[in-house]
Amino acid sequence: MAEPVEQSRENAPQRPQGVVVSTSDAEAWFVREVLPLEATLIQFLRHNWRNKSEIADLRQEVYARVFAAAINEIPEKPKPFVLTTARNLLINRMRDDQVVRIDAVADLDSVDIAVDEPSADRAIIAREELRQLQDALDRLPKRARQAVILKKIEGLSRREIATRMGIAEKTVKRHLTEGMCALADTLYGADGNRRKKA
Amino acid sequence: MSEHPSVSQLVSAKAIDARAADWLERRDSEEWTEEDDVAFLAWLAESHIHMVSYLRLKAAWSRADRLVVLRQPSPVPGGEAPRLFSVVVRIAAVFVVAALLTTDLRLATAPQPKTYATALGEHSRIALADGSSIELNTDTVITVSNTAIVRVVTLEKGEAFFEVKHDAKRPFVVMAAGHRITDVGTRFFVRRDPGRVEVGVTEGRVAFKALARTGALQLAAGKVVVATQNDVVVTTKSSTALTNELAWRTGMVVFNRTTLAEAAAELNRYNHERLVIADPAASRLLIGGKFRTNDVETFARVARDLLGVRVKDEAGEKFISR
Repeated sequence: MAEPVEQSRENAPQRPQGVVVSTSDAEAWFVREVLPLEATLIQFLRHNWRNKSEIADLRQEVYARVFAAAINEIPEKPKPFVLTTARNLLINRMRDDQVVRIDAVADLDSVDIAVDEPSADRAIIAREELRQLQDALDRLPKRARQAVILKKIEGLSRREIATRMGIAEKTVKRHLTEGMCALADTLYGADGNRRKKA
Repeated sequence: MSEHPSVSQLVSAKAIDARAADWLERRDSEEWTEEDDVAFLAWLAESHIHMVSYLRLKAAWSRADRLVVLRQPSPVPGGEAPRLFSVVVRIAAVFVVAALLTTDLRLATAPQPKTYATALGEHSRIALADGSSIELNTDTVITVSNTAIVRVVTLEKGEAFFEVKHDAKRPFVVMAAGHRITDVGTRFFVRRDPGRVEVGVTEGRVAFKALARTGALQLAAGKVVVATQNDVVVTTKSSTALTNELAWRTGMVVFNRTTLAEAAAELNRYNHERLVIADPAASRLLIGGKFRTNDVETFARVARDLLGVRVKDEAGEKFISR
């Protein structure tokens, strides 16, 4: 078994006293470079972690660690960085659980995290983007889809949506927030990826 | 910062996403108030998990703006999903989206926090643009988010002393392990240890809202509040006692009938060379006096001479026993 490497300590050098680091770059970088890797990240976590109900929590924890590191210094290669962070998190979790899953660790070691895929053509991305959005929209529960359409396509306010749909504002709010979470899962997560390959 | 366990691990990603979506939806609405903004920024500053959850939902939600190209000349008849768009519209849409995609995804609404840190044994003072200042004690990390309507400082770890230029229009909020301290014109300190947050007011007044409580406590000068997982305890301290607690600002630490164990733990906050109290009998001995935070040597000598304990140097540690 390879010696686990503490990613965060290696990549986050001690900040000298009084140095100022702004996070706005880290935010933009996170949205641009890290979120598009979500399908890959989830696939990696699913493959290497048995308790599937913990995948979303692990994914979020990986994001938080990656973001924390990016505040210090934007990693040069997002994909290897994200996957190495995920790998180290899983190793730490296994250690905490005091359950050594040898097969899982072996898998982790064999992961080729150095490869970065070439980015696709912009026009293709645009076409793909709209298709993905429509897919995501189609997969929402009916009422949530209606609310999102009225909000995003018709540009209506919460109150106007409530009137149009004949439901309480509170319910509109619930449909919209539900829609937000589902859209994010489909647009970034494994769901969208599976669909793309189908 | 990723070395510290995140607050978030206690709360599921799903619950945090739901909260982030709630903020996102409300920020869009008419009823958004300045108070909401304070609470929102404080929530955002609380944990990186909150930040990444919000960034992710916000990015997805912004991407959905591009659906507007699917808008039809006549309103969508209530209920039907837009399955009905013509091929022409779809093709045209692709080009519009291609154009839209070249615009930046930057998040105009997110605050831009700055992080300040001190190493073990270090002490530094930060002057903020608004005239307020923050002094950082040893081994401390803070994040400062300055916006037009609120100033939020998150104490990630360690201890800091705040001198706040009060501004009713721009409250000064300190977050520590989920507890919220709001300045009402003031000098105060906040110390964060694992499982424990201490706030002491030396001048003016602050409002303290514990993580799990709904109401806020008003703390006047001389009040010290200690919040642990389950308890919030308020005590009153003399100005001398408070000054002593803040002796670190001049590089000192003051003990007054302090047990050797507590004194050692306190000095260990500042030094790589650790004091280890090797037997329980020694740990209960009481010691007093004023010491330099970085002078373990003198402390050990005084303990030896006054208390008659034995001090043994070993591998960068000082073992104290009877």
